Amino acid sequence: MSEVTKLIHKYLRHDKKFPHVWCPGCGIGILLGSLIRAIDRMGYEKDEIVLISGIGCSGRLPVYVDFNTLHTTHGRALTFATGVKLSNPNLKVIVVMGDGDAVAIGGNHFIHAARRNIDVTAIILNNSIYGMTGGQYSPTTPYGMRSTTTVYTNIEQAFKISELAVTAGAVFVGRGTVYHTRLLDSLIEKAVSKRGFSVVEVIAHCHTQYGRQNRLGSAVEMMEWQRDNAIPVEKAATLKPEEVEEKILIGVLVDKELPVYQEEYEKIRERAKETKPPHSSPLP
Amino acid sequence: MKKRSEREVLLQGNEAVVEGALRAGCRFYAGYPITPATEISELLSVKLPQVDGTFIQMEDEIASLGAVIGASLAGVKSMTATSGPGFSLMQENLGFAIIAEVPCVIVNVMRGGPSTGLPTSPSQSDVMQARWGTHGDHPIIVLCASTVRECYDMTIKAFNFSEKFRTPVILLIDEVVAHMREKMTLSDEEELEVFNRVRPTVPPEWYIPYEDTPSGVPAMANFGEGYRYHVTGLTHDIRGFPTSRPDEIGPFVTRLHRKISQNFNEIQMTEFFRTDDAEMTIIAYGCVARSAKRAVIEGREKGVKAGLLKLMTLWPFARPAVEKVLQTSKILLVPEMNMGQVSREVKRVNRGIAKILTLNKVDGTIITPQEILNRMIWVS
Repeated sequence: MSEVTKLIHKYLRHDKKFPHVWCPGCGIGILLGSLIRAIDRMGYEKDEIVLISGIGCSGRLPVYVDFNTLHTTHGRALTFATGVKLSNPNLKVIVVMGDGDAVAIGGNHFIHAARRNIDVTAIILNNSIYGMTGGQYSPTTPYGMRSTTTVYTNIEQAFKISELAVTAGAVFVGRGTVYHTRLLDSLIEKAVSKRGFSVVEVIAHCHTQYGRQNRLGSAVEMMEWQRDNAIPVEKAATLKPEEVEEKILIGVLVDKELPVYQEEYEKIRERAKETKPPHSSPLP
Repeated sequence: MKKRSEREVLLQGNEAVVEGALRAGCRFYAGYPITPATEISELLSVKLPQVDGTFIQMEDEIASLGAVIGASLAGVKSMTATSGPGFSLMQENLGFAIIAEVPCVIVNVMRGGPSTGLPTSPSQSDVMQARWGTHGDHPIIVLCASTVRECYDMTIKAFNFSEKFRTPVILLIDEVVAHMREKMTLSDEEELEVFNRVRPTVPPEWYIPYEDTPSGVPAMANFGEGYRYHVTGLTHDIRGFPTSRPDEIGPFVTRLHRKISQNFNEIQMTEFFRTDDAEMTIIAYGCVARSAKRAVIEGREKGVKAGLLKLMTLWPFARPAVEKVLQTSKILLVPEMNMGQVSREVKRVNRGIAKILTLNKVDGTIITPQEILNRMIWVS
């Protein structure tokens, strides 16, 4: 067994009834490998990690790994994560979501978690489709593309998840693809070590639904498309806007410092104990 | 003589909920502003940080209950408070707390509906939503307070039940009780039972997170304590992993119901007032039970042999208590501030033994003692 495979097996739940639910060739497995490698390199204990997900193909990810794992309701993973993190700040909370999960049904929770700067890492696997339910269009399905609910082509504009995260106030935002795994490893590591709300958007392929309906070829061909259409943000800065318009910008989009919620709340606790609140409570 | 540790306080129902929650050990609150429950949020935002707890105002009620469940999984007693429209939004995660067996408390200060309805007027119209609001077959514990003192005691009870049975517990209060001020005595030495969830005593490798036990309630490990396990809203096997095997699904869903039904006697809280020889018993809850008590006293003075059965636990329904009053009563009168949510349950238990009368009011005002009395005298 290769070293990489051995490492992944160290973190898998062997009492879980495998095989997993994902299609052969799916990008979620690559993300899971990246996540495990990043956690292993940073040296976290399994007990310290809480891995939380919502609903969909990505939602099934936590069940396979030996951490504290929580598979929540559709779109609500970040709200559960908020409760876990605030109640036990020693835990390292990582949330995995899909595009529909994070920015359709969970869009409001996503921007508010970013705004609050809760110390949680959100990893969003963006494959431009609702895969598990059979290939309906999502908020990241590009204009003009087909899905089972846009058979006459999609007339809506797609969200740019990373740019949305930047605007909502996330302190770290990175975008990678499942083709560029080394970059993905490093983005996840940076995001998880960042104090505050960090986001990694992972461009992935769903060859089974999105690929088939739009005749984009096999998983390999769709990954080659990722290779050919991704530009590092540093390089993009040297190019004209029209040259990067249709491309995927990969790398670190934002890395800044803002007060972290839990640390600010600790100050609130100190203040609450020192001062009498303006409207006094009824009991002495 | 009054003990030194005793304090007489003038409290609002919502304030009593806060004091009860803190006494029960609640250290996490997530909520969204809504009338007429807002005082609970405001007061906890002041008090929780003083005791190293956490208050957070979330972006909506869905998020509020999500955060509450997350906090409880991390080992902290947690609650939220809302009113009808917010309670509607919470139904999704309420189901999650039931299937994943996460202790938490939801206070619903009822207002008139449907929809935005009557934000500042009283109502009792969420009795059935509390029972059946979330989808799927599920058991639920729903309590209802009719005095400020009960707001305090029953908030503690709600936490105790939630921890003991690993289930969300709903406390219904109507706007009248929530905003009414009453004197109550608090004592530090009072014998108040506070129950904390049963934690696993076995080493992590032996821990089976959703194992059946004689009580039907599995031991609960908190995140970060070394017992790494999977929590999911999918129907799961005893290890917490999703399953589609009929021989695992059936016993799981059955156990969820059994852990509540076999503890019925403990959960069931009722109060009998002059029912021993009552020929007419009023069955009431919340603020209506207060009016009903007055009506019984005045009715007795006028020669009506009346009694009151006050329901404090609404679900599971107090079948034995209703059967008890049916032994003497020829008439049961069920006044409530809705179109008849509890009276249907009473009719179901009655099975034609007594005559069931209803008194329904849905105009945003309370049912007065006089209205109940008039109905009593008219039929007797």
